[in-house]
Amino acid sequence: MAQVYASSVIGAPADQVWAAIRDFNGLPNWHPAIAESRIEGGAPADQVGCVRAFRLKDGGFIRERLLALSDYDLSCTYSILESPMGVENYVATLKLTPITDGGRSFAEWSAEFDCPPEREAELVTLIGGEVFQGGFDSLKDRFGG
Amino acid sequence: MVRVRRSTVIDAPIAAVWELLRDFNGHDRWHPAVDRSAIERGLRADQVGAVRDFVLTGGERLREQLLSLSDKDHSFRYAIVESEIPLQNYVADVSLKPVTDGDRTFWSWSSRFDAPRGREQELGQLVAEGVYEAGFEAIRARVERPATSAPTPSPSAASGPAMEGTAMVIDRHGGPELLHPARIAAPPPGPGEVRLRQTAIGVNFVDVYCRTGHFDLLEPPGILGMEAAGVVLDVGQSVRHLAPGQRVAYACPPVGAYASVRTVPAALLVPLPDGIDDETAAAGLLKGMTAEFLLHRVHTVSRGETVLIYAPAGGVGRILCQWANHLGATVIGATSTEEKARLARAAGAHHIVLPGETSLEEQVRGLTNGRGADVIYDAVGRDSFAHSVAALAPCGHLVSFGQASGPIGSWDIGALASNSATISRPNFAHYTDTPEKVAAITERLFDAIARRIVTIEIGQRFPLSQAAEAHRALEGRETTGSTILIPDDTKAGRP
Repeated sequence: MAQVYASSVIGAPADQVWAAIRDFNGLPNWHPAIAESRIEGGAPADQVGCVRAFRLKDGGFIRERLLALSDYDLSCTYSILESPMGVENYVATLKLTPITDGGRSFAEWSAEFDCPPEREAELVTLIGGEVFQGGFDSLKDRFGG
Repeated sequence: MVRVRRSTVIDAPIAAVWELLRDFNGHDRWHPAVDRSAIERGLRADQVGAVRDFVLTGGERLREQLLSLSDKDHSFRYAIVESEIPLQNYVADVSLKPVTDGDRTFWSWSSRFDAPRGREQELGQLVAEGVYEAGFEAIRARVERPATSAPTPSPSAASGPAMEGTAMVIDRHGGPELLHPARIAAPPPGPGEVRLRQTAIGVNFVDVYCRTGHFDLLEPPGILGMEAAGVVLDVGQSVRHLAPGQRVAYACPPVGAYASVRTVPAALLVPLPDGIDDETAAAGLLKGMTAEFLLHRVHTVSRGETVLIYAPAGGVGRILCQWANHLGATVIGATSTEEKARLARAAGAHHIVLPGETSLEEQVRGLTNGRGADVIYDAVGRDSFAHSVAALAPCGHLVSFGQASGPIGSWDIGALASNSATISRPNFAHYTDTPEKVAAITERLFDAIARRIVTIEIGQRFPLSQAAEAHRALEGRETTGSTILIPDDTKAGRP
């Protein structure tokens, strides 16, 4: 089981940042790698169990299921159903915590998955870097860092 | 139910912040609101269930228990078990998370508690600002990288240049051979702190106890030593009574005196008068303060009393002989060799008892018309305790202030009825735990030194790098008077 953890500080109160990222269909609005997204079956984007199907700017196609969403904990957990990355049992959580000092947000993004051992380092670097830190960098550009 | 949550980001790696926070007894060293703290019942600070008993700078006493501690999650939970501030059912959580973006640390501190009706807001603000936010700023000042330079992965850099020096360190408890030199850095003084260039360091038997682990004052790796004199290099914020260049000394925990430079709380320091040079202070402060409270506070020695003093040629013993003689007591020294007997007589002992055909108690009775000693100062411990009890006069007072020969073990208190004995087991810390107490003790001590009632004899000087030799000599009972260490790269200052 490989694990990835990335965290950052976003320069806006948690409720503002949460409003952007709680939309399970909203990745194209803030993540630079995502071209387009839709929720399968026309379900609401905050319906736990819904599936988002999105396309990366490099052409890759990914389907992810929303496993948990908490407006109390400001966290969102999802699994990958289908992707070109070659990972199995992939479950990730994106979570915000208010930083009372300065009205900022502490953002954590973590994932666990299985993969062939020889690909683990490459995938950890890709997911922790381009996917998670790439998302943080974009949020910092938008909200301040 | 009041809930308080505060959080911040510290611009330092999580390991540097956690190192400071995980010490449940370390808050008096960094939190500006905590004056002093001790773990009860000799437990370790990272033993879940340990209780810290501490006093705030405002004077309020609190006791808090460690409920959980996780090095995996960088978190701990604790509860107030007793408080002079009305915080009831108080449970708090401290949690650190790494900020991988920039190698920083997210720190959350939260609690819930009940407060008396109408005081919820006031007490919530006290906890949030006076405790949590003040704590954030104190740790930030200690570990954050200088604001002028770009973030770097170097851990625990202080806010200003640290000063390099040498120290004698142990990596584990054990014999004198474990003492080894190491390069250290004294951080710039934080609020209420002072940085010293140390010129002379006292060696005391308590250092041996710390080295062996018999006393729970040093968790290796760490620097030994409780006593030193030196010169103030710089002072932190809010230090008003000391200035750079001033000569000072200290004799108290926390341990860490075997070093050429050191940053210490200003409240621990005693300014040295012109008549007391650095070596005398390092050699005599701890022993002289001990003698002061033994003779004037634990028992008030008065004219006509018979006082039996063990190890009368040693550091504390010699001062006890001098001072008890001056106070008008009849002084008996119990020692082991003719050479030490000569030194004891020179210090003021009227009579000497040596190991011989008759027991110590018989010899003491022989010197006192069969009566015994009114007060006995005994730091020998296991080998002497029974003899001391037997040598007491009716209603006598046995002051057991150390155990150089080993633990005394358990005693049936009923046995003391044979002569209505009183037994005291004084602890230096309780007689010296406020600046006011230290000032009163050192005032009388410095006066006694100035009037030559007490003289501080330095029997041995070792370079700091040879601290192991000093310990061997002390444990081998080869020393007379006081033993001091001189940092290898400095020369003791004199007025």
